[in-house]
Amino acid sequence: MSDQEIVHAYEVGDQVASASYHLTRDSLVRYAGASGDFNAIHYRDDIAAAVGLPGVLAHGMLTMGLAVQPVVAWLGDPTLVSGYQVRFTRPVVVDPVDGVEISVVAKIGQIDEEAGTARIDLTTTVNDETVLGKAQVRVRLP
Amino acid sequence: MNPDLVGRAFEKTNSYLVGREKVREFSRAVFSSSPVNLSVEAARDAGYPDLVAPPTFAIVVQELTLGQLLAEEDAGIELTHVVHGEQRFDYSRPIVAGDELTAQLNVTSVKTLGGNAMVVAESVVTDSEGEHVVTAVSTLVVRGDA
Repeated sequence: MSDQEIVHAYEVGDQVASASYHLTRDSLVRYAGASGDFNAIHYRDDIAAAVGLPGVLAHGMLTMGLAVQPVVAWLGDPTLVSGYQVRFTRPVVVDPVDGVEISVVAKIGQIDEEAGTARIDLTTTVNDETVLGKAQVRVRLP
Repeated sequence: MNPDLVGRAFEKTNSYLVGREKVREFSRAVFSSSPVNLSVEAARDAGYPDLVAPPTFAIVVQELTLGQLLAEEDAGIELTHVVHGEQRFDYSRPIVAGDELTAQLNVTSVKTLGGNAMVVAESVVTDSEGEHVVTAVSTLVVRGDA
């Protein structure tokens, strides 16, 4: 298949990928170590409560980091991602026992066939409420 | 929040050496299943010298510049009052294990909204050749309460 045919195989609005992720407190500890973000609101209930949060929160950057993964899996290559932006619109509370389920749906937002690029729009939800706004991935199409 | 932060000259950070195991650890933490993030062989087959970092890995380098911002005594930013509002990355090329990266912080905007302040911190990340790798832009909301 030529590149041209792949580009033409998609239209604006098409869903290209979806996935869901189960986050637990373990996931937060793992991300804290990997990223170096040791803000205590991501692992201590007492501190989260003291600063007025509804519970221990997932790192925004963890949510951002995993939300792009379905797009990467669809592209088959993380290096085709040339830009990525999100707004953190709602905190993701991670229950100590049950954790939390995050769902991601990725759709084509815009295609530039001449440049061979596309904007992929992500809808990232917890309990049917979106947690990321204006979540856009700029990609080079394979 | 101190509006004088806009345009202030910050020192470039010390260089950050991107480690192979750090890339693996970060990749697992963001639920990556991409072979080029995890397998050196797959990365080399794809034409890279070593493991490729996931798209949000640049935050690890940008964090060094956000540390500079919080350390400014006259900034008026208390970490426990900081909420991450927005984040973006614009890449010239992917980050690869073995890269030695430095970041240059530039505060592009400070706005006050009600009791809160919004600061936009832009970090330009370059490699050891001085070539642009990624620009990372964080919008931080500093809550004025408590």
